[in-house]
Amino acid sequence: MVLNTAVLPPQAPASIAPAARRRGRSRGTAPGEPRLVAYLYLVPALLMVVVFVLLPVLHTVYLSLVKWDGVTAATFVGLGNYVDILTDPQLRALFLHSLELVFFFAVLPISLGLLITALLSRRAVRGMTFYRSILFLPQVVSMVVIAVAWQWIYAQDGVANQLLGLIGLDRGIAWLGDFTWALPAIGIVGAWLSTGLCMVLFLSGVQKIDTSLYEAARLDGANAWQEFRHITLPGLRAEIAVALTLTVVGALKSFDVVYLLTKGGPGTSTAVPGYEIFARAFGRGEAGSAASLAVVLTVIIFVVSIAISRFSKEPEV
Amino acid sequence: MTSPAAAAAPRLTTGGRPTAIPKSRPATPRERLSSLTTHIALIVFSVIAFLPFFSMFLVSLYPADQPAVGIALPRELNFGNYARAWDVTNFATLMTSSAIVALVVVPLGTILCILTGYAFGAMRFPGRNLLFFTFLFGLLMPFEATIVPLYYDLRAFGLVNTYAGLILPETALFLSFGTFWMRAHFLSTPRALVEAARIDGANSWQTLWRVLLPSAWPAITTMMVLFFIWSWNEFLLALVLMTDKSVQTAPAGLGLFIGEHTKDSSGLAAAAVLMSIPCLIVYVVLQRHFIRGVTSGSVKG
Repeated sequence: MVLNTAVLPPQAPASIAPAARRRGRSRGTAPGEPRLVAYLYLVPALLMVVVFVLLPVLHTVYLSLVKWDGVTAATFVGLGNYVDILTDPQLRALFLHSLELVFFFAVLPISLGLLITALLSRRAVRGMTFYRSILFLPQVVSMVVIAVAWQWIYAQDGVANQLLGLIGLDRGIAWLGDFTWALPAIGIVGAWLSTGLCMVLFLSGVQKIDTSLYEAARLDGANAWQEFRHITLPGLRAEIAVALTLTVVGALKSFDVVYLLTKGGPGTSTAVPGYEIFARAFGRGEAGSAASLAVVLTVIIFVVSIAISRFSKEPEV
Repeated sequence: MTSPAAAAAPRLTTGGRPTAIPKSRPATPRERLSSLTTHIALIVFSVIAFLPFFSMFLVSLYPADQPAVGIALPRELNFGNYARAWDVTNFATLMTSSAIVALVVVPLGTILCILTGYAFGAMRFPGRNLLFFTFLFGLLMPFEATIVPLYYDLRAFGLVNTYAGLILPETALFLSFGTFWMRAHFLSTPRALVEAARIDGANSWQTLWRVLLPSAWPAITTMMVLFFIWSWNEFLLALVLMTDKSVQTAPAGLGLFIGEHTKDSSGLAAAAVLMSIPCLIVYVVLQRHFIRGVTSGSVKG
């Protein structure tokens, strides 16, 4: 669905599959072909998915309709928790904070990645394997480790202020404790996290674009912008969809980075749905409200992911 | 990802002109300049990606009285931080818990996903689309969607603070990706192979293990690498489901430690370095698999 077979290189021809399936259906299954045994292969995994994923999700939906502190009996409140999300400015702010993180986690790295891809040579780069392993390093280590590293960068006498000092802008701000700057500071950690990923995706994707397209465009007198707009961008559609899915969904469901760096503070200036679900359910005894946030967050993520996969399949304009 | 050779292949077939073949002629000055700027840009971004880890590594070597201020070399190397971090955070216990969880989640998830991927990718049976969508659901769903009832339900069954209580939900949440991944692999293997095996009298079980599995190892390895790194780094589930210090995993234990003991920066840095070592080893050895898996666009939880 959202996974993009176009960028699963060595396993490629998924397109064969539907064709084979159609043929199979019209001819009926071959004699002796196993059919019902398939269920046996599925049973163990299906059981686990039902017990640990689907039933909990249904339970979350139920909890979203009650008021419950996790201890005493729950009281049914219907859609009350959802009405709160729409009317309570503090709850609405959670989603606005998410939106700001989407800009930093997704829009910024993808734009940067595309810009670099457009400016750079389209030939295979020597030593790309080496660069790739460094650029991918942030994806490998735990967010806990990343948080340890970044909390000093943002400290009052940390690297961020040290670097700003070089251009005379060190105001001695403790970035993560500042009402204005804490959320963008978290956003920059996300941007740092995704930029390498996007660069690697786009730089390898651009090498798959047929060079004769560029040659033809040049003969037709296309300028650099037109080349980018009409050849590079459509050619990278699959990679852009992958990058969008990973980064946008990552931003929407972010919990670790907020929990580790600011715990939603100062005040509620960095609270996001993922963090608030945790805080309400396990800190403040508002399991019902937490569940309703979880349902809304899940629906948003599904809608966004499906929209992105639609975009990736849209024919070239 | 593609190797340079693979990337060049379409040019050879479609370009048709010798100039389109890389390395067949010396690069023009303009190309050399563009290649140089490419390298400069890649170096700049690599430095940015590496800098936070580098500064953390430096801090982990600071002597006790050197404060963690900006990027500065340690006045003298102090490996004692590592010993202290190991003791203070009860790191042996944390690492053992993480290892137990990962060493069960990875094989369990792998076997289950080979089975489901095989069923969905190589067999036809009624209701397979509906069942497949059941698995797909978990591919997009954030872990937040299940965490609240998961905690209360597991607690009711006495499974909170047990290894099973983390391993089972974690594996279940990875099954969606694994099923999708292995299905894609088995769909790409020629049906003739399966049919030939059946005609030779192999049953479906023998076909899977003797005929299909040998060529499935690259796909399986990629999946295992992702499972390991996801499991080792899993934070939300571990934080909520393992609150007892005796079973806590490294990310959860260290995550709580950040809040409580920020004063001991070099100890914290040392613990963070120690915690990353297993993942870094897997990454260094099986990097291509990891990158291929991540760039497939799969979202974990």
